Amino acid sequence: MRAYDRAGGYQALRKALQSMTPAEVIDEVKASALRGRGGAGFPTGLKWSFVPTGKNARRPTYLVVNADEMEPGTFKDRYLLEGDPHQLIEGAIIAGYATGTDVAYVFLRGEYKRAGQRVSSAIAEAYEIGYLGRNILGSSYSLNMYLHMSAGRYMCGEETGMLNALEGKRANPRSKPPFPPVAGLWGKPTTVNNVETLCNVPHIISHGASWFRNLSRTKDGGTKLYGASGKVKQPGLWELPMGTPIREILEEHAGGMRDGVRFRGLLPGGASTDFLTEEHLDLPMDFNEVQKAGSRMGTGTMIVLDDQTCPVGMLWNLEHFFAQESCGWCTPCWSGLAWVERILNAMEEGHGQPATWRSSPFKQSSWHRVTPFVRSHLVPRSPSRAH
Amino acid sequence: MLSEEERREIEAEFPHYPTRQALSIDALRIVQKHRGWVPDEALDDIGELLGMSRSDLDGVATFYNLIFRKPVGKHVIYLCDRVSCWIMGCRQLGDHLTARLSAQFGETTVDGQFTLLPIVCLGACDRAPVLMIDDDLHLDLDPAKLDAILEHYR
Repeated sequence: MRAYDRAGGYQALRKALQSMTPAEVIDEVKASALRGRGGAGFPTGLKWSFVPTGKNARRPTYLVVNADEMEPGTFKDRYLLEGDPHQLIEGAIIAGYATGTDVAYVFLRGEYKRAGQRVSSAIAEAYEIGYLGRNILGSSYSLNMYLHMSAGRYMCGEETGMLNALEGKRANPRSKPPFPPVAGLWGKPTTVNNVETLCNVPHIISHGASWFRNLSRTKDGGTKLYGASGKVKQPGLWELPMGTPIREILEEHAGGMRDGVRFRGLLPGGASTDFLTEEHLDLPMDFNEVQKAGSRMGTGTMIVLDDQTCPVGMLWNLEHFFAQESCGWCTPCWSGLAWVERILNAMEEGHGQPATWRSSPFKQSSWHRVTPFVRSHLVPRSPSRAH
Repeated sequence: MLSEEERREIEAEFPHYPTRQALSIDALRIVQKHRGWVPDEALDDIGELLGMSRSDLDGVATFYNLIFRKPVGKHVIYLCDRVSCWIMGCRQLGDHLTARLSAQFGETTVDGQFTLLPIVCLGACDRAPVLMIDDDLHLDLDPAKLDAILEHYR
């Protein structure tokens, strides 16, 4: 806490509470062009503005911090949670103030033990100093915040699945509408924001929307945590201007491919995003540009496939995950994913039939087109598709 | 019967949620922390405390990967077998583990020391392949490093 305070921590919270109305905070975040960092890229300020306010609004109002980082290949929020929990808490309190939130839950995946300890002690410190609780910093705003340690299941990361999990149920997603800002946790207005999204908020409030927007090289505001895993020379995580080209991330920051292997393709941001290949390497990594190329930026942590690793095996691994972790509620998932997984497994074991490629569900012409089909038709509710 | 300690820890969470059912996952975790797993009779006791039927509670318990409805060994080894670790060689680690411990995934070693489980991505893909033993993450693994780590837990 002392280190965070020395670095200017909680000054944004002071500024928001003492000199801005909740509507002004929302306007500033809208103007910053901050988009949700959980993968879907929904504009954060707009999301906040959906929460009903005023005397007739139903209370209590909830904020849920989505810290259920379970998308395979994604490791960005763990760094933020372990490295600087107060930055997240400050962002969450400001988000709470903007949306008139009474209670905030940090929903953390059960495997992140160290993050759990750090967030838990940071929340306790924030209460002690008066950043949480009644009448924060002498203002009329009050907020309680609790840590919820989950018990591990991918579907919890989908926002309505997460609400069911917090209510103590199986994390099956709910059908939308109604959307959470209108009817969320226990039917009350609820905002769900990703960890990285909220960590941007104190800086937007401190330095202003135009400063934040200008950090970016493209239209989406700010910086982004980009990562790379797979057979690159230096796998890692880097905060870079939004819109940094993929090639620059892979070559300058990840050091290029390891000796003896060549680049073949990559998933731009987690297991549920679609493959990009050599021809896409000069794309700026942001929400719009990657979407135009037929994929999604997702979480921005890239999984790199090399020419020595079997693409069919990799697809099998991805589909095995979705078949296993789907909540199993709707037919396309419980039936279709298991089917796809069986076919891929047969190919991997050497029993593939040429006819398989022509039959449903493989109606696409080359291996890297298979996943878009699976994504769009068999995983209609994967977490990163959620707003 | 829930022990006094278990009951106290569960009740301490009551003020954080507007309903008792919301405590189901916390309660299961608390019981498992004390007993290593969640036996049938604990489901009845938790259900009574939270006002849930045993089947509803079991539906929750079996949905989540980290709640055990069967006994496990003294240490639980969770091998990440998801995409980045798969590219970086988790299959070799898995083969090494099953040979070394003479147990398959989903099984406990004869001496009751280790239970071997696969787990979804542990969020340390930049240090793949990785695994977790109990609460501790182990990074940048190869079979030789793994052997040294296992010795530490014996």
